[in-house]
Amino acid sequence: MKKFALNGAGLLVALFAAFPVYWMIATSLKPNREIFSATPRPVPAEPTLEHYREILTGNLIPGVTFADFFLNSALVALATVLLSGLVALLAATAVARFRFRLRTTFLILLLVVQMIPLEALVIPLFLMIQRLGLYNTLPSLILTYLGFSLPFAVWMLRGFVAAVPKELEEAAAIDGASRAQTFRRILFPLVAPGLVATSIFSFITAWNELIFALTFINDQDRYTLPVAMTFFFGRDDTAWGSVMAASTLFTLPVIVFFLLVQRRMVSGLVAGAVKG
Amino acid sequence: MSLLTKSAGEAAARETPARRRRRVDRLPYLLLLPCLLIIGVLLLWPLGQVVGMSFYKLDSVRQLRGDREWPWVGFHNYAQILGDPFFRTVLRNTVLFAAANVVLTMILGTLVGLLLNRLGKRMATFVASCVMLAWATPALTGTIVWKWIFDDTSGLVTWLFNKLPDGLSTALFGRSDWTGYGWFNDPLLFFSILTLVVVWHSFPFIAVSVLAGLKSVPSELQEAARVDGAGPWRVFWSVTFPTLRPVFGILVVLSTIWDFKVFTQQFVLAGGTQDRSTFMLSIYSYAEAFSPPPKYGLGAAIAVILTLILLVVTGVYVRMVLRQEDES
Repeated sequence: MKKFALNGAGLLVALFAAFPVYWMIATSLKPNREIFSATPRPVPAEPTLEHYREILTGNLIPGVTFADFFLNSALVALATVLLSGLVALLAATAVARFRFRLRTTFLILLLVVQMIPLEALVIPLFLMIQRLGLYNTLPSLILTYLGFSLPFAVWMLRGFVAAVPKELEEAAAIDGASRAQTFRRILFPLVAPGLVATSIFSFITAWNELIFALTFINDQDRYTLPVAMTFFFGRDDTAWGSVMAASTLFTLPVIVFFLLVQRRMVSGLVAGAVKG
Repeated sequence: MSLLTKSAGEAAARETPARRRRRVDRLPYLLLLPCLLIIGVLLLWPLGQVVGMSFYKLDSVRQLRGDREWPWVGFHNYAQILGDPFFRTVLRNTVLFAAANVVLTMILGTLVGLLLNRLGKRMATFVASCVMLAWATPALTGTIVWKWIFDDTSGLVTWLFNKLPDGLSTALFGRSDWTGYGWFNDPLLFFSILTLVVVWHSFPFIAVSVLAGLKSVPSELQEAARVDGAGPWRVFWSVTFPTLRPVFGILVVLSTIWDFKVFTQQFVLAGGTQDRSTFMLSIYSYAEAFSPPPKYGLGAAIAVILTLILLVVTGVYVRMVLRQEDES
């Protein structure tokens, strides 16, 4: 009886959590007459890909398709990932491998800057982007997201670096390897999985971001996907089939990536909160 | 000869550790340099800049580009905001919204965490996977789907309310036909739906963290308390909660910080920045600065006020984390 109640509660939670995602995909596969019928169907009766075809082939504005926005987003996110991964790896190595005077200060700085409300930085960063002449360019977003993703990336990556046994590097050093060689041949391959996990978080940060992309980009053909979605689909329109198809295409990569690395997220955010 | 060798050897012995120490000392700073530069230029400098901008009257892009001068106005922007009754409404909205969301997220998240800990292995995996979906969904698309669920003609909620027996619906809400009902028009209703969306997005993190905390604490204590006849309520408050207190502390602070500056969900649900009745601090700052006519100085002042509030919360958070790091 008790077991029954627990399982029932579990099912309710699962339903509440997963239903919107299910409903997004289900709606994207329904023909319009099912979407707008008086009685909603829980499962598409006649599944169709027409909405996907519509958004993938149709021009949202003359000459610009969904794929272009997708490409803009991917470009910005990948550039952010590469830059942030490289810089974070250097910094994480410094923090995990060396004892130096400002180490603790730097760690506190990392924690504090993660708490800066990014929403409060839109105005000054807009000023900076204007001054640098980067307004209305994708690099303005790459630069911004680099700053946003870096602190968490270093914070997360330092654990991976610290987990590589120091003895391996010492052995390499004794065998005559230079610092650069030790880094490239020993540390880097062993930290690579952690680097992938960290990169995924930077990717998601850049991929999902809306406010800055909304503010820094003016030309419609340079919109990233989130801006395009609010611009073309968010305004009181009713083409829910296309909206849900676009949402699904936007969401799926994030969900896949996220599920690969979510474990790290918890340990990164509540680091050391419970003694293991 | 031997003297020479010895002194040379001595010189080497004297010099090498010093040189090595010097090299070791400089390398970590070199490795940190790019990271510090980026944090400095892209986060700390703008943070200072927003404070600076809040003291000027800035209302055109040409001023930002440097083509026109910046008139200094001192605390005028702050005086204007703090003297505006609308600001008090916005502040009240923000604080009440954050408080409600933190409380609801914590309660739901903790309950789900406890539940996941009690479920059988297969069921727990299934429920946890579903919970992960809500967490992984981007704020943008998650909100768009909820907007569709509350659509005034074909939305699921509208359909559900239409399904209510007419008499009951009329007695409870004063209407039986819900088609065309604007779910987002009434501010209170708007904030309730926004709360639903935000809690849906944020309870998974709490649940998973609480679960991780529970797994790391030996369950014998709870079993012992249960054997001694303590009910679930008593077991939670006397055994589980005290052992997980550090986790709860950090989770409450993180949730407070996140819920204070909700932007994307609000922006998408309201369909932009036109509806001032549902403003909260972050969107208020944005709208003042960027909706025509632009008022960057005023927006910056609001952003500073938001930052100051969060600074206090952050102070609490950093002290907690450092205490944890010291203990472990």
